[in-house]
Amino acid sequence: MSARDEVLARIRAALADDGQVNGHRGGHPGGDGSAPSYRTQGDLTGETLLDLLAGRLTDYRAVVRRTTEAELGAAVGAALEQRGVRRVVLPPGLSLPGLPAGVEAVTDDGLSPQDLDAVDGVLTGAAIAIAETGTIVLDGSPDQGRRAISLVPDYHLCIVRAAQVVEQVPEGVARLAARAHCPLTWISGPSATSDIELKRVEGVHGPRTLEVVLVGA
Amino acid sequence: MTTFLGFPTAPKGVGHLRTVQPFPVAARQALGDAQLRRNIGAATATIQAKRANVTAELPDWEALRSAGQAVKASAMRSLDRCLVELESQVQARGGTVHWARDADEANRIMTGLVAATGAREVVKVKSMVTDEIGLNEALAAAGITAHETDLAELIIQLGHDRPSHILVPAIHRNRAEIREIFLHEMADVDPALTDDPHALAEAARVYLRRRFLTARVGISGANFAIAETGTLCVVESEGNGRMCLTLPDTLITVMGIEKVLPSWNDLGVFLQLLPRSSTGERMNPYTSMWTGVTPGDGPQHFHLVLLDNGRTAALADQTGRQALHCIRCSACMNVCPVYERTGGHAYGSVYPGPIGAIISPQLTGVEDNATLPYASSLCGACADVCPVKIDIPSVLVHLRARHVEEVRRTHRQPSAEAVGMAAASWVMADPRRYSAALRSARIGRALGRGGRIRLLPPPLSRWTSARDAPVPPAQTFRDWWRDEHGDTP
Repeated sequence: MSARDEVLARIRAALADDGQVNGHRGGHPGGDGSAPSYRTQGDLTGETLLDLLAGRLTDYRAVVRRTTEAELGAAVGAALEQRGVRRVVLPPGLSLPGLPAGVEAVTDDGLSPQDLDAVDGVLTGAAIAIAETGTIVLDGSPDQGRRAISLVPDYHLCIVRAAQVVEQVPEGVARLAARAHCPLTWISGPSATSDIELKRVEGVHGPRTLEVVLVGA
Repeated sequence: MTTFLGFPTAPKGVGHLRTVQPFPVAARQALGDAQLRRNIGAATATIQAKRANVTAELPDWEALRSAGQAVKASAMRSLDRCLVELESQVQARGGTVHWARDADEANRIMTGLVAATGAREVVKVKSMVTDEIGLNEALAAAGITAHETDLAELIIQLGHDRPSHILVPAIHRNRAEIREIFLHEMADVDPALTDDPHALAEAARVYLRRRFLTARVGISGANFAIAETGTLCVVESEGNGRMCLTLPDTLITVMGIEKVLPSWNDLGVFLQLLPRSSTGERMNPYTSMWTGVTPGDGPQHFHLVLLDNGRTAALADQTGRQALHCIRCSACMNVCPVYERTGGHAYGSVYPGPIGAIISPQLTGVEDNATLPYASSLCGACADVCPVKIDIPSVLVHLRARHVEEVRRTHRQPSAEAVGMAAASWVMADPRRYSAALRSARIGRALGRGGRIRLLPPPLSRWTSARDAPVPPAQTFRDWWRDEHGDTP
C-alpha cells in the first residue's frame, strides 16, 4: 500500500466512529449558508479609513507620506531624494510620471539576487492594503513585480491608492480570492525581530525601511 | 509502536518528541536554573500583556475564536477530503505532493529530494515539524548542511542547544551569551562585536545574507494550507522566511496533515487569531502565500510533504483530537504557571507547555510521554487564552486516564495513581472514614519538612514517589467546624 493510501486509510478509520460526518466546509460561514458571527465588513470610508491605515502603519514603524494623484510623482521623488537613493529597481509594469534627476531606474528583467543586493531601493505598487492591521499586500502584478525585488533591497517604497484600502482582514482576504493562486506577500511594517531578550530590533533580512506613499481619492 | 487504539504512533529513535527524563526530574533541574527562570518569567509576562492588549482591541475576538474552533473541527472531520483536494490543487499548479507515514519516511523523502538537486546546503525557515522529525540530523547524516535562518533558531543551532519556547526559542540566552556564541561559531565575524541586540542582529544579517543569495534549496514548514486553492502560507517577522521561500530554485515544504484549512476565506479568521495570540501584534511583519510554481517568480520546483507521524492516532481519539487544532501560537505556555517556572526544556519534546503536554503523548503514545499529562495544575488559564478554544485541561485529564488504563493493561497491575485514587475514593465515600483519615493525616506533620511531605506511608507512598504532598493543617476543617458550631457539617 502506498504511503498516500495508507495515511488516507488511517484517517478514514480514525473518523469511522464519528457517525454523521459534516459537510466539507460545514464549520465555515458560507459552507452551511449561515452568516459569520465575526466582522466581515468595516464601516469606515474616505479619509477616516486612510487615517486608520496611516496610523497603524506608523505605529509599526513604517514611514507614511500622504499625497494626491496629481502630486504622486513629486511625492515619490521627494521620498527617493530624502532617502538618498541613486539606483532604484522598478517592476516592469509600473508607470510613473518620472523620477528626479540623479535617480537611475533599473527595470527588473530577471535581475540576480546579487544585482538586487547592489541597488539602493525598490519602488512598487500594491494589490490591497488593510487599515486595521496596517498591512499592504503585493500579488505579483506587473506594477509590483517578482517577490525578490521587494525583498532583497534595503529600502521599499510602496504606492497605495485609496481604492485599494479595506478596513478589516476578512475584507482583504475576500478581495484577494481572485488572486489566490498568485504569490502573495503581506507586509506590516519593516522586518523585525524580538529574539534577543525580547528587545525589538527593526530590520533583519527584509527591507529595513518601509515607506508607503498613500494616494488619496 | 501502536496505541491501544491500533493506530501507528511516531517511531522511536528519530526526532524530538520524547522526554529523556520524567518531567518531575527535568523540572527540578530547570527550577534550579535562576537565569532560565528569570528570562522565561520576564518573557512570558511581557508577551502575555501584549496579547491581552491586541485581543482587547477587537470587538469580535470571542466570535473569531469560536469560528477558528469550528473551522478546525470541520477540517478534522473531513481531513481525507481536504488533503486530497489540497493535493490536486498543488499538482494542478505545478507542485509535487509526497506522503509520509512517519518521521523516518519524511526524512528519507526530503533528503532524497535535496540530494537529487546536487546541493550540499539548504536554508531553512523556522519550522517546528522539521524539529519534530529530526530533519537536520537526517540531512547531516547524508552530508547535507542545514542552515537555520531565524535569528533565535540560528542562536540555538550555533550554540548546539535546544529551543525553550515555541515563539522565542532562545529566550533562555542572555545577550552576552549570544555574543559569545557568535564570536565562537561565526567565521569572519567582527571580533569587536558588542552585545547590543542591534549589533547582534546585524551580525546575523551579514552572516546569513551570503547564504540566502546563493542558496539553491529552501526548506519550510507551513502555518496553513488551503485545500480549496492549494495555497501554502508561512507567517514570520524577520524576512528570513521570505528569503527561503523566494530565492532558491527548489522549495521543499513539510507540514503535518492537520494544518490544512478547507477554504480560502478561513484565512480571514486565522490571520487575525494567530498574530494577536502569538507575538501580540495586530499583524506579523511578513506573511508569504504561494500556490505550486509561478513561472519567473520564486522557486521553479516545489515539493509538498504531507506528514502523519502519529497524527491519525490523535485523530482517532475523539477527546484528544482537538489537540490537532493547535496553530502553534504559544499563548498557552505564556499563561501557564508550570511553564513559566520550568521553561520549555523540562518538557523534553519540541512541543512544550500545556499544548505540548497533550500533543506529544498523543503522537508518541501516552506510555512514552507518561509524565507530561501530569505537568499541570489544571488551572485552566491555557484554555482561556487558546485562540481556537482547545479544552486543554479536559484533554490532560483524559490522557491521565488513558495512561492509568494502559499501565493496568500492560503491567496487569494498577498504577500509583489508580491505587491512590481508589484509596481516596474508599475513604471519601464515608464521612466517618473521611474524618478519621483527616485526623490521622495530621500525623504527617511530623514527617513534613518545610510544609511538604516527601514520603507518605503505603499505599500512599506510591503517590509521593512522584510528587510532594502538603502537610495537613494542625486542625482539620471538620474539627474546627465542630468546635465553632458544635455539630457535624
